[in-house]
Order: sequence, then structure tokens, then C-alpha cells
Amino acid sequence: MIKGILGKKMGMTQIFAIDGRRIPVTVVEAGPCVVLQKKTVATDGYNAIQIGFGSRKAHRVNKPEMGHFRKAGLGAFAHLRELRADNVDEYNVGDEIVCSVFAAGDIVDVTATSKGKGFQGVIKRYHFSGGRATHGSMFHRSPGSIGGSAWPSRVFKGKKMAGQMGNERVTTQNLQIVDVRPEENLILVKGAVPGPKNGLVVIRRAVKAKK
Amino acid sequence: MNIIDRLGMEQMKKNIPIFKAGDSLRVHVKIVEGDKQRIQVFQGVCIKRHNDGIGSSFTVRKISDGIGVERIFPLHTPTIDRIERLSSGQVRRAKLYYLRKLQGKAARIREKRWA
Repeated sequence: MIKGILGKKMGMTQIFAIDGRRIPVTVVEAGPCVVLQKKTVATDGYNAIQIGFGSRKAHRVNKPEMGHFRKAGLGAFAHLRELRADNVDEYNVGDEIVCSVFAAGDIVDVTATSKGKGFQGVIKRYHFSGGRATHGSMFHRSPGSIGGSAWPSRVFKGKKMAGQMGNERVTTQNLQIVDVRPEENLILVKGAVPGPKNGLVVIRRAVKAKK
Repeated sequence: MNIIDRLGMEQMKKNIPIFKAGDSLRVHVKIVEGDKQRIQVFQGVCIKRHNDGIGSSFTVRKISDGIGVERIFPLHTPTIDRIERLSSGQVRRAKLYYLRKLQGKAARIREKRWA
């Protein structure tokens, strides 16, 4: 079985360890997810399973999507994501993936869309230090020089400047699972997870975890 | 009730005595040394209560060998064996930070008279 599941971020709280330490946890309502499609090297060029999570009203689904959902015949889902799988054969369309694929102590990566901050300057976006506020200073929150004049006579690619901050795909690596509660479909992940409350998160086995 | 509140409620202690800032407390703390466990008592005045569900805490201040010592306890931590309220004080504010500047007789708190 591949270790991966979709979930909804519920918020953060804390759990007491036996020795009294407080462990900060993010509560994720994970699954149940349903396998909707199997993708194989022969047909798609790679091996993966497509899973659906969360219900959606039928009249909110457009026609191309409805056609796709009909093929699986399991109703309409709010979120669809693919998980890479080495061996697709161990899955069937309609299989349920529940949060008990993970156990307490597992190390996971959590992917989500971060909270959007809008168009932000370099101080908030890249932690530039800025200038002083008073004493005749006319340099407050500007980025300063963005490069040389005679050479290179251009601005280097990737120069840190003001622009859109947040609302991008962010993966937090190597988070520990503190607790799994299959009867409530809850996974408690140690530490913070990207994105707003009620946002979609993908929990996968950590890429860097020791096997 | 939402899930976050419910997870907090599950871990909350039910048998915490009623106390507030100004009260004298005796806090029995479990201490683990190697494989042995013993109880240590911390006695002093509660100068602050911070109410935040499962994250609630309180601060106890005492004078130890002439030096002021404050300890912040999470209210619901499993390391607290029990909390004893020795007396309740008559104070006019919720956070008694002014005690830090006072010494000796001035740092006393009047005991509350019950009507």
C-alpha cells in the first residue's frame, strides 16, 4: 500500500505528553478517500492512483467531470488528487483509503496551498531589513539597489523583489504523526501545516524518511 | 462543538479547585528521577491565571531564600498531582505583577473576608 491520503485541515491545538511536555499538533480530518481511477505505464506513461475526497452536490459538477465520475460510479467528489504508486495492481476502483494507513510515529510530508498574502513588498516577502523610519531618512521599505549599472546592465533573473506572496503550493517535510483516530477519521500531525483552516491537505510518507 | 475544542476537553482535568489571582496555593508536582517518582511541593501566591482552554496556565510566585521565584504551570498538565488552595486573597486586579516590585510586609496580600 502506498502511504498517502487527502484531508481537511481543522486547526491547531496541543497534546500533553506523559512527561508533561506540550506537543503542538495540527488536526487533519483525513479521508475516507476512494480510488477513482488507476493510471498505468501502458495507458498513461506512469503508475498512479487517482483518489477522491469530500462530497459535492451533483448539480455543481460540470459535464466533463460528471462523465469521469460516472465511469467509477461512486458519486461526485469535491477534490481529486493523484498519488504515485509502484504497484497499481493492489488497488481496485472503489477501494477506500482511510486514515489508518498511517500510524503514530510515522514521518510524513504535508502539501497544501498556503494562505494568500497578496502583493507584498520585500520586507514582508523576503525579510529585507529596510531603512530607518526617522532622523531624516528617506529610505524606509524600499528594496534598495537591484544591481550594477555599467555591468551587468541588467537585473539578474530571480532577483528578490516585491510581488505575490502566498497562495502557492507548499510542502512541509518530515512532520511526525502524533496520533491517529480511525473512528473519527482524524490524524494529528506535530507542528504546523500550510494553508488555511478547512483547506485541502495531502499527507504522504516523507520523501526523506528512513525506510 | 468543533473538533479542536473537543480534543482539548478530552484532556482537561475535572478536579481542579476554584482559585484565582491572589490566592495562596500549594502545587504538588510529580518529578521523575530515573525510574523513581516523587512529589515536590511548590507553595506561593498565584499572581496570574491565563485562560485558554487546554492551553490554560497559572503562575505561582514565592520568595525563596530572599529571591523571588515564579513558576508557570500548565493548568491541565499531567505532571501536577494536585493543587491545594490555602487561602484566598483580597485583590483588586487579575494580574498581580505589582508584587514583583514589592518586598517583605508590602508584598503581603489581605485575606478575603467572606460575607
